[in-house]
Amino acid sequence: MNRELKRVSIVVMLMFVTLLGSTSIVQAFQADNLSADPRNTRTLYDSYQVERGAILVNGEPIAQSMPADDDFKFLRTYTNPELYAPITGYIPINGEPTGLEFALNAELTGTSNSQFFDKISALVTGQDPKGAAVEVTIDPIAQQAAWDALGDYTGSVVVTEPATGRILAMVSKPGFNPNLLTVHNNAEVTASYDALLADPNDPLINRAINSLNPPGSIFKLVVTTAALESGEYTPESTFPNPSVYTAPGTTSEIENSSGAPCGAGETVTLATALRLSCNIPFAELGVELGDTAIRETAEKFGFNSNHSIPMNVSESVYPRGLDDPQTAQSAFGQFNVQATPLQMAMVSGAIANGGVVMAPNLVQEILAPNLSAIQTFEPAELGRVMSEETAATITAMMINGVQDGAASNARIDGVDVAGKTGTAQNGSTDPFTLWFTGFVPANDPQYAITVLVENGGGEGQTGFGNKLAAPVAKKVLEAVLNK
Amino acid sequence: MQSLNKASALQTQPATEPVRRLHLPQKLRNLELFLLLIASFINAGAVVLVQLGALGELDPTLVLLGAGLSVLVISLHVVLRFVARDADPFILPIATVLNGIGIAMIYRIDIAVDDSGWESAAVRQTVWSALAIFCAIIVLLVIRNHRVLFRYTYIAGLVGVLLLFLPLVPGLGKEISGARVWISVGSFGTFQPGEIAKIALAVFFAGYLVRNRDSLSMVGKKFLGARFPRFRDLGPILVVWALSMSVIIFQRDLGTALLYFGLFLVMLYLATGRLSWVIMGMSLFLGGAVIASQTLNYVNGRFTNWLDALNPAVYDAKGGSFQLVQGLFGLAKGGLLGTGWGQGRPEITPVPQSDYIIASLGEELGLAGIFAILALYLLFVARGFRIGFAGQDDFGKLLAVGLAFVVALQCFIVIGGVTRVIPLTGLTTPFLAAGGSSLVANWIIAALLLRLSDTVRNQPRLVV
Repeated sequence: MNRELKRVSIVVMLMFVTLLGSTSIVQAFQADNLSADPRNTRTLYDSYQVERGAILVNGEPIAQSMPADDDFKFLRTYTNPELYAPITGYIPINGEPTGLEFALNAELTGTSNSQFFDKISALVTGQDPKGAAVEVTIDPIAQQAAWDALGDYTGSVVVTEPATGRILAMVSKPGFNPNLLTVHNNAEVTASYDALLADPNDPLINRAINSLNPPGSIFKLVVTTAALESGEYTPESTFPNPSVYTAPGTTSEIENSSGAPCGAGETVTLATALRLSCNIPFAELGVELGDTAIRETAEKFGFNSNHSIPMNVSESVYPRGLDDPQTAQSAFGQFNVQATPLQMAMVSGAIANGGVVMAPNLVQEILAPNLSAIQTFEPAELGRVMSEETAATITAMMINGVQDGAASNARIDGVDVAGKTGTAQNGSTDPFTLWFTGFVPANDPQYAITVLVENGGGEGQTGFGNKLAAPVAKKVLEAVLNK
Repeated sequence: MQSLNKASALQTQPATEPVRRLHLPQKLRNLELFLLLIASFINAGAVVLVQLGALGELDPTLVLLGAGLSVLVISLHVVLRFVARDADPFILPIATVLNGIGIAMIYRIDIAVDDSGWESAAVRQTVWSALAIFCAIIVLLVIRNHRVLFRYTYIAGLVGVLLLFLPLVPGLGKEISGARVWISVGSFGTFQPGEIAKIALAVFFAGYLVRNRDSLSMVGKKFLGARFPRFRDLGPILVVWALSMSVIIFQRDLGTALLYFGLFLVMLYLATGRLSWVIMGMSLFLGGAVIASQTLNYVNGRFTNWLDALNPAVYDAKGGSFQLVQGLFGLAKGGLLGTGWGQGRPEITPVPQSDYIIASLGEELGLAGIFAILALYLLFVARGFRIGFAGQDDFGKLLAVGLAFVVALQCFIVIGGVTRVIPLTGLTTPFLAAGGSSLVANWIIAALLLRLSDTVRNQPRLVV
């Protein structure tokens, strides 16, 4: 029996070696990953034990940790809370943080790898450990102007710098006060949170990056890019100009928003179609191009992929495998095409930037407690979508659209505005989604702007992009140009 | 002169032998006492550190309870001095320190969730420990020779099966988090008779296999290099397999089934020396487990939680991997050295004082603490195996190894489940976890091992 006994002892030994191994893997090798998991509330609680770094706009804190007389030691406090809520997010004591509080949690708490040696030296010198501060790319004038201009609409304004992808303004409405969610009282936090959650206007959603809407006519910029880049079309290419169009293989009819043909004449040019934002020529163009060509261009602009600014941006969608009628609809931004305002800002930003898409980014610098830069963010290219010539051509077409077309309400005296409006349907009875996207000055773009107005701007199915969204953009652009 | 002395010493030796035996200093018992004092010191230190870490002040009540426990353990030691003076000196201290660390951790979690008095799991655990040690003393006093148990082989088997299925009796059984393995015993809480059943079954398996191993090992056809048994000899393994499967199906308890079947297979292998039994047994069990995972929702859920624990959908699902992942977070938080007693947040994980006590300990004592605990278990199991190696009668050998193996396997199933080596199943960590039945069972195992080790040393060694 002893031979068998020896073998069983070896098996038992192996069982224990396995356990030694598995506990080592969890506690030593996977520990960092597990601690970084956002569901790990232990890490959250620990984060209160150090003074969390501030979030700064132009050096002024919009979020900072104030000393508090309780177990948490610090109370997170937001300045100008509603204005900056989409940027800061909030960090509750009993749940997951959001916004930059979530995305840069490791840096703000001083636990990121780049802060390892700071942590060690704080340990040796006996200083209280402190998190890093985060300087964002936001321009306070642009942010305030965007907030004011959007008024009472449900929606979002995003302003970016085309050459760098830096986000200068990111507004989401209706806003909420993150200070309500950071108080050190579970019941109060839960009550405030539940109230915000129950609000039908969803104030907790950051519409700039997490609200997906059909882009409607502003998606025609993507289709125009695909057409010009194919080499088979120019702005002067013509399309049949009926008042009603039926795509091959279907009986459902497509109309222009006017209900009439697109201007006078048997045929209409691509330039006119974009200027007047007609659906039928684009439906025809879309069917000719095919869904694959449109999708590939859209994907170069950033559709169908995730972006991090470093908050996660919802994935904008151009679907796969469309048939002709669906492609026709998709060519003017309907049929399951969905985009975030930030994605559309990337589209107009790329056109403004001579055809190169820049990675959108909200963080300028991460600063150690002694204000030395731990990390500085450099502009990053995502790739070229179109040639410089194509970009210039589309810019010219967009200028016409503002000066003499469907986006007339964005006109600003003394400066060329390149723009495109959109009015997207959400089913047969729901209110429209209204858009504007564009940039100024058109000859030397400094600012790209995208305006989203959800819920019809309160006007159901009667409002349209040029009436509601374009004036918002105009006000914001005037403010940033005059500063 | 010298040679003369030597000669006289040689002459007098036979005469003095009985006298010397009486006055022989109990070296083993003295070592045990020394280790017991260290164990008691560790236990008291743990409770003090918990109080300093979690309360920030010292509260003498629980220290007193702990001291009471030490007194009981010492009385067990005294009993050994009289009835089993050659028993293994390591078993009792190891059991003591594991029990004490468990109480300290349970107490620490009571503080976190604000339980006190009879609500406090630590107080109940201490009372159960006292009862368990008392049971161990009774076992040592009543069973003066383990061969007595051989006579009750079949009664033990019957008792084991009855205990195992007691929770299925309507009105008596109680279902807790899906598994029906408890019976309620009035206000005293719940009792898991399956824990006691494992001892009865170990006795039964040992007795049965010693009696029948010839027919189980000698006869059969050779096939692929291994000798496979005749069909009519398949009876026992099929019965145990059916028993395990019915535990999975009716009591919804994967861990217990695995424990009993594993125990039987190892004892069967030891008794017959036939690897073919192990191969057959494992295929039977794996087959059953695979079918169960396809047909039984709870088994399937356990597998999904195991394989895809960090997937948000699995994590958020009802009965999903929330607990498993929270346990991993706790272990990760502990890292190499742990947060220290009372400094972590083990209460975030569900049932941190019973099924998940090992994760709680890992959080506060770190990988270092887990290694120490695993080393203690390994030493405990090794002492059992030592009896197996040194023993003369096959029944004693089999019983000792079976009991030791059941502790090892239980550790493996629980800790392996917590650290994602195998799917998580609900079993208690021996000596550590909150739970009266488990404590009683494991202290009885300790008592039996003490008894067996004493017998082994008292007998002249024929073969090693």
